[in-house]
Amino acid sequence: MNKEYGQSQGLRLNYSIITDVVEVGAKVIDLGCGDGTLLAKLIAEKKVKGIGVEIDQESVISSLEKGLSVIQGDIDEGLKEFQDQEFDWVILNQTLQSTEKPDYVVDEMLRVGKKAVVSFPNFAYWKVRFYLFFMGKMPKSKILPFEWYNTPNIHLLTVNDFYDFCKKRNIKILKSVYMTRANVRKNFLIRSLSNFFAEEVIFVISR
Amino acid sequence: MENNVGIVQTQYLEVKEPLTLESGKVLPEYTVAYENYGELNENCDNAILVLHALTGDAHAAGKQSETDKKVGWWNDMIGPHKAFDTNKYFVVASNMLGGCSGTTGPSSFKPQSNERYGLDFPVITIEDTIKVQKKLLDFLGVKKVIVAGGSMGGMQALEWSITYSDMVSACVIIASTSKLSAQSIAFNAIGRNAILSDPNFNQGKYYDAQTQPERGLAIARMVGHVTYLCEDAMQNKFARRFQDKEKPDFDFNIDFEVESYLEYQGQTFVDRFDANSYLYITKAVDLYDAAQKYGSLENALKKTNAKFLLMSFTSDWLFPTVQSKEIVSALVKAKKDVSFCEIESPCGHDAFLLEFETQTKIIKSFLGVNGGNNE
Repeated sequence: MNKEYGQSQGLRLNYSIITDVVEVGAKVIDLGCGDGTLLAKLIAEKKVKGIGVEIDQESVISSLEKGLSVIQGDIDEGLKEFQDQEFDWVILNQTLQSTEKPDYVVDEMLRVGKKAVVSFPNFAYWKVRFYLFFMGKMPKSKILPFEWYNTPNIHLLTVNDFYDFCKKRNIKILKSVYMTRANVRKNFLIRSLSNFFAEEVIFVISR
Repeated sequence: MENNVGIVQTQYLEVKEPLTLESGKVLPEYTVAYENYGELNENCDNAILVLHALTGDAHAAGKQSETDKKVGWWNDMIGPHKAFDTNKYFVVASNMLGGCSGTTGPSSFKPQSNERYGLDFPVITIEDTIKVQKKLLDFLGVKKVIVAGGSMGGMQALEWSITYSDMVSACVIIASTSKLSAQSIAFNAIGRNAILSDPNFNQGKYYDAQTQPERGLAIARMVGHVTYLCEDAMQNKFARRFQDKEKPDFDFNIDFEVESYLEYQGQTFVDRFDANSYLYITKAVDLYDAAQKYGSLENALKKTNAKFLLMSFTSDWLFPTVQSKEIVSALVKAKKDVSFCEIESPCGHDAFLLEFETQTKIIKSFLGVNGGNNE
């Protein structure tokens, strides 16, 4: 997750939406937990039993400072430390697009957890499309601030891509929340419109 | 010196009661050498027990006199504002049972006798060593404790959290394992063989002799040092450089710098360590398997009440990351509070005594403002 976005209003809304879906007292693992802000919020507001996984040592230290349990590791290498169906919730917040093996990561998430939250920036958002269309360059925005050569977002995807992905792999989409500029949008009946207007999306999935 | 604990003295606790060992044998009485830094609070719950590695001692921090050139083995980590902050915590260190730096071991005299134990000393285990440490903490009045150690000290910390689960609030395990691999046992076996086959070993009865099993002990230490470094560290330190010469002498004396280094390490070790202690301690380490009594590591850890921090180092092949992760995995299965960091370091296993800046940051953030209870 990039730092600029990390302090934005959009992320605060994202955190509230995720906090809303998680039940009180649930067992939660947050993959790519960053400095642990979301996990700390889940523990404070939902009394969850939580653990984070984070690759960056400075972020691990920030999480530890918040009193969190956090394991330094690379989620692309799998979740071998964790047993099948060990968690009620697995959270992968704004990280799917920067994993090396998104399909493997999602498989592992649904192996260790009963339900998962996956959020990502929607690459089919109209502003992204127009950026590419008119500028002829890789789109940049608050949520996608990097240059093509240094972006961690190596597997950018769209809402429709994710639907196809889930269908092929027999993954159920239990809930979808579309967001644009730090507001939740009403879901369009026609998914292609959501795909066009959503800047960021949060899915709740299960097997 | 303001960040240091200052001048300290090793103290000795004489325990005049028998200790039944894992082997079934009984040690009639024993002495524990220890040091402590900082003050125990009113609730007696701010103690940290630091646990030394294979050849350490009770002198973990500070100097023993104004003119002392050397500081304690974990001086970088223990002191005001350090990882183990002596302004907040009452830090205790002791020499392990079987050692040769003040605590009873094979070089000690048998009770009411002027004969030393030698190989009559019973074989001890990690479990036995922590019983002795528990005795010390009880004597000091400690009720709750944070345990922390690297390498063998990490094994003891792990065993503390299991055996004295009601007493341990937090457990810091650094570059360690719940059991040695066959490879690590093999290196210890080579060390022991070097000592046992030294012509001066004399069945462990060498204390009053003119000659000591110095060569055997030095070779044991050399093997140890190879395992504490790593290929990169050795390459960076020595490469293929010759020692004080341009070309080899075509004999079997020292040609390479790395040979000279090993020789030096071996020789300086002989001056401070007892060959019999080396046998007993490496055996205790080899025998340790935290899971053994409980069927699985997960079962062993079920009864723990501590929060755990594990750290490993990328270039450590003696106690590699995967062994720390095994403990992490078992703790997660046992639904315990666990954190883990793998620290990037080119120093091999030795990193746990060298990379103190990163460790300090991690340990401080883990212990938090309220020590082991920051939830």
